[in-house]
Amino acid sequence: MKLKPKLAMYWAASCGGCEVSLLNVGEKILMVDRVFDIVFFPCIADFKYKDVEALSDDHIDLCLFNGAIRSSENQELAELLRRKSRLLVAYGSCAHEGCIPALSNLTTAADTLEAVFVSNFSTANPGGVVPRTTTRVPEGDLALPLLYDTVRALDQIVRVDYYIPGCPPEPPRIWEALEVFVDAFVGGAELPAVGSVLGATDLALCEECPLERNEKRVPRFFRPHEIVPDPKVCLLEQGIVCSGPATRGGCGALCPRAGMGCRGCYGLLQGVVDQGAGMVAAVAAVLGVGSPQEEESAIEQTIERATSSIVDPAGTFYRHSLAHSLLRRRRPSITPNEADEGS
Amino acid sequence: MKRITIDPLTRLEGHGRVEIFLNEDGEVENAYFIVPELRGFEQFCVGRPAEEMPRITNCICGLCPEAHHIASAKALDSLYQVDPPPAVKKIRELFYSAFFVLDHATHFFALAGPDLFLGPDAPVAERTLLGVVRKLGAETGKQIIDARMRNGHAIQLLGGRTVHPVAALPGGWSKPVTEEVRKEIETIARANVEFALSALELYEQIVLSSGANVALIVSDDYTDRTYSMGMVDSRNRPNFYDGLIRVVDPDGGEYAKYSPRDYRDYVEERVEPWTYLKFPYLRRVGWDGFRDGPASGVYMATPLSRLNVADSMATPRAQACFEKMYETLGSKKQNGRYQPIHHRLATHWARLIELLYAAERMVELATDPEVTDPNVRARLTAIPCEGIGCVEAPRGTLTHHYWTDENGVLTKVNLIVGTTNNHAPIAMSIKKAARSLIKKGVVPSQGLLNRIEMAIRCYDPCLSCATHTLPGSMPLEVAIRDSRGIVIGRVAREP
Amino acid sequence: MSSYEPVIVGFLCNWCAYRAADLVGMARSPYAPGIRAIRVMCSSRVDPAFVLKALREGADGVLIVGCHPGECHYVDGNIKAMRRFALLRRVLSQFGVEGERVQLAWAAASEGNAFAEAVNRMTEQLRPLGPLRWAESVLREIRAPAGLDE
Repeated sequence: MKLKPKLAMYWAASCGGCEVSLLNVGEKILMVDRVFDIVFFPCIADFKYKDVEALSDDHIDLCLFNGAIRSSENQELAELLRRKSRLLVAYGSCAHEGCIPALSNLTTAADTLEAVFVSNFSTANPGGVVPRTTTRVPEGDLALPLLYDTVRALDQIVRVDYYIPGCPPEPPRIWEALEVFVDAFVGGAELPAVGSVLGATDLALCEECPLERNEKRVPRFFRPHEIVPDPKVCLLEQGIVCSGPATRGGCGALCPRAGMGCRGCYGLLQGVVDQGAGMVAAVAAVLGVGSPQEEESAIEQTIERATSSIVDPAGTFYRHSLAHSLLRRRRPSITPNEADEGS
Repeated sequence: MKRITIDPLTRLEGHGRVEIFLNEDGEVENAYFIVPELRGFEQFCVGRPAEEMPRITNCICGLCPEAHHIASAKALDSLYQVDPPPAVKKIRELFYSAFFVLDHATHFFALAGPDLFLGPDAPVAERTLLGVVRKLGAETGKQIIDARMRNGHAIQLLGGRTVHPVAALPGGWSKPVTEEVRKEIETIARANVEFALSALELYEQIVLSSGANVALIVSDDYTDRTYSMGMVDSRNRPNFYDGLIRVVDPDGGEYAKYSPRDYRDYVEERVEPWTYLKFPYLRRVGWDGFRDGPASGVYMATPLSRLNVADSMATPRAQACFEKMYETLGSKKQNGRYQPIHHRLATHWARLIELLYAAERMVELATDPEVTDPNVRARLTAIPCEGIGCVEAPRGTLTHHYWTDENGVLTKVNLIVGTTNNHAPIAMSIKKAARSLIKKGVVPSQGLLNRIEMAIRCYDPCLSCATHTLPGSMPLEVAIRDSRGIVIGRVAREP
Repeated sequence: MSSYEPVIVGFLCNWCAYRAADLVGMARSPYAPGIRAIRVMCSSRVDPAFVLKALREGADGVLIVGCHPGECHYVDGNIKAMRRFALLRRVLSQFGVEGERVQLAWAAASEGNAFAEAVNRMTEQLRPLGPLRWAESVLREIRAPAGLDE
C-alpha cells in the first residue's frame, strides 16, 4: 500500500488565522485527511516538538509554515522544519513578508519594555521585574526564548520553496494551492518552479476589483471615517487610501467590496521591489493638485494639505510587508560606542 | 529535581509550555505554565491611526478576530464620544453572535472534541478534528462543517471577511444590511439554534451519560473556588456585546459591578520573569499567590464564569439549559440566584449553553426590522483623546483602551485580553491536575500528560491573544525613570 | 569623523540638472566630491524605491535635482516628483532617516553654481549626522545570535 504523503503545519509569531482559514475550506478538509498523514500540527493535533526531532530529514513532504520569525524559538523551529521537510511553504503574510508582527520593526525594544512592564497602565510592578531568558525558581531553571529586535520573514532565515500569501490566505486560493501539491504527490504532476507564489495572481488587485474605475484626479485624501464613499466606485479615486495598485490579486478584493481600502496583505506584485515605495508612487500619481503655473511654495502647501490625512504612511503602506521592505526596520539610535563596536 | 516538559501545548491557540517538577518521592513539587511568545501590539500600535485598530488588532488572534474588531469599534466610539445609530449596534451584535456560534463550535469540536469524543488516551494520530468526524460519522461531521461554514459566511456578509473582518468604524459600520442579506442571515441563525441543541444533546449522550465523566467533572482535582467575571445587561443576564462587568465571589455574592470605563479600579496585572504573559487579579482583593478563595484576587473569565455571574439567561432555551446545568451539578440557590460552579471541566457545558444563547440572540437580531436601516454612519465631532471599549470575547472579558493625540493617532495602548484574565487560574488548574495524576511509580504516558493539558483546554486558551505584548529583545539594562524623566533605578538582565 | 566625506547618490535630470553639473564641471569649479551622479531623463523618473535602495546600499544621502517648477521639459514631471517626495519624506522620518539625508532641489541648465551650492549645502548638513551605514547598523542585528545576517 502506498504511503500517504506527510503534512505539517506550524505557527511561529502568528495569530492562528492561517490555521482557521485552512479549516475554512469546508468539506474539502476531509480530502486533505484522505490524501495526507498529519505528522505535526499543534493547532489540531497532539504531536510535540520531540516527535518532530525524531523524524528523519525530509520525512515531511509538505510543511505549511505560518507566522513571522521574532524569537529564538521561532528561528529554531524554522530551521528544524526546514531540515525535516522536503517542501517548506511560507504560508500566509507573516511568513511571507512579516505582516502585522513586523510593525514592531518601527519601534525599539527599549521603548517596548518600558511600555509593557514598567509604565503599563494596568500593571503594578514597583520592582521593575521583566521576563528573562533564564529564571531560577526554587525547583530549577525556567527558560524563555530570546526576542529579537527585528521581525523577519521566513525566507530571511531559511530557504523557502513556495509562498502562499494573504492575511490570511482565502480558502478558495488555499485549496487551489493544495491541489497543486496533491496533483504532484498523488498524480505525479510537475511541481511549479521553486520560489513560485501560489494562490495569488500576477496582476494588481485592481484587476479583480468590481468597483468602477474612472480617471483618477484626487483633490485630497480622507481617512476612512471622514467620508461615506460611493460603494460602487473605486475607493482610491474618492480619496480613500487603497493599496490595490501595489498588491497582488487573488483575494477577490473582499475589503474594497466591503467599502474599506485594501491594506496589501496579499503582498507585493512581481516587479514591485518595495510595497511602501510602490504605494508612495501610486498615491502621488493619483493626486491631482499642483500645477506648473503655480509658485513652488504654493504647490508644496497644496500637496501637504491634500495628503495631511495620511497620518501614518509607513504603517499604512507597509502594513503587511515591513520585513521584506528595502529598509526593513526603523533605525535604532546609534550611540558613539555602538558605532565603534561595529560588526 | 526531575522535570517533565510538555512542549508545545496542543489543541489550543498559540504557544504554551508546561514544566512539572517532581521531588524525590516522585510527587509533584510544582508545575509552571509558561507562555514563550510575544509580539507587542501595545507598543507597535503607537503611532498608528486609531481607526485602523479594528483591522490591526484583528491580528492579535485569528480564532477571535471578531472579538478584537468589536472591542476596538467600541473603543473608537468612546474615543470620538459618539453613540452609534441603533442599526450599527444591532449589526455589530448580529455579526458578533454569528462569531460566537462559530468560535464556540470550533473549540468544542476541533480543539476539545478529540478528548471528549475519542477519550484522552486515544492514539495521537487519531486525536484530531478529523478523528472526531470519523468517530461521529459522516452525517454529524457534515453538520459540524456546515455550522462553521455558514457562520463564516454570515460574518463575511456582514463584516467583509471571515478571518480579519474590516467593517468597523468609529460610530459606524462600513456597509448596511440589505433585506436579501438579512434573510440569508435569518436562515443561518435558525439553523444555528438546531445545531446548538444537537450539540448539547451530544454532550449529554457522550459526556454526561457516563458516571465516570461526571465524577471527573465534579472532582476536587479540577475544581478551584475563585471569583468569577462576566459582562451582563441591566437585568444581570449575559450579553457579549455590551453591558456592565459583574464579579461574584466564590460563594456567589456580588463583589462588584462596574462600567468598563472603570476597569482600572478593579483589575491590576503582575509580572513574573519566567513567562511573557502577565497575571491580572482583582486589585482591591490583592494578589495572594496562585491560590483560590475569597482572600485571593485570582478570578476566572470564561463561559463558566459568565454563567456564574448571571441571574438568568436572556433567551428561553438557553435559560432552560442554564437551569439544568446548575441543578445537575448540585448548585443551590442563594438570594434567588444559583451559587457558582467551580468545576473547571464544566466550562465545556457552559460553552455550549452560550452557543445556544448566541444562536437565539442571532435570530432575535436577524428578525429585528431596524437591522436593515441604511443609517450606519455617525457624524464625528469630538476631538479624540481617550477611549475604552469592552466586550466578552469567547475566552473572557476583553478590554481595549486607547489614548491618542488630537489627530486621532495613538500615543498609548492598553489591552487586557480574554485568556490573560485566566493566566493564574490556568496555572492553578495545571498544578492541581498534575498533582492528582502524577504519583510515585506512575509512568507519565502521553495519555496522562494529555489529561493535564485537558485541564488547560477547558479554558479554550488563546495564547496569541494573551501575548499581544512586548516585542524586541531585552536590552542589557533598563533605566527606570520617574515622571520627570529622572532615573530612579536600573534593572539589568543578561540577553 | 573630521575626515568623513558623505556619500550622496544624485539623480540628475537630463535637461536641466545634469547640464548644470556638466557646466560646473567644465568650469573646473570645485565642489563637494561625495556626489555620485546618475542621469535620468526627468526627476519624475526617480521611483521612491531607488531612494530606498541607495540608502540601503551605503549612501549617506540622496539628492534629486530637477528643473524648476514651470520649466520641466515634460511639462509637469517635476511636480510629480514633488508629490512623491512629500510622502516619501514622511515615510523616511518614520524609519529614523533624518530629513537632511534625502533632498529635492532645482537647477536650470545654466545654473552650474546653483547645482554646486546644493551639493555643498547638503554635504555640510550631512557631515555632523555621520555616516548612515544602513546595512551595518540596521540590517545587521546587534544582539542577535551569529549567523542571522542579511
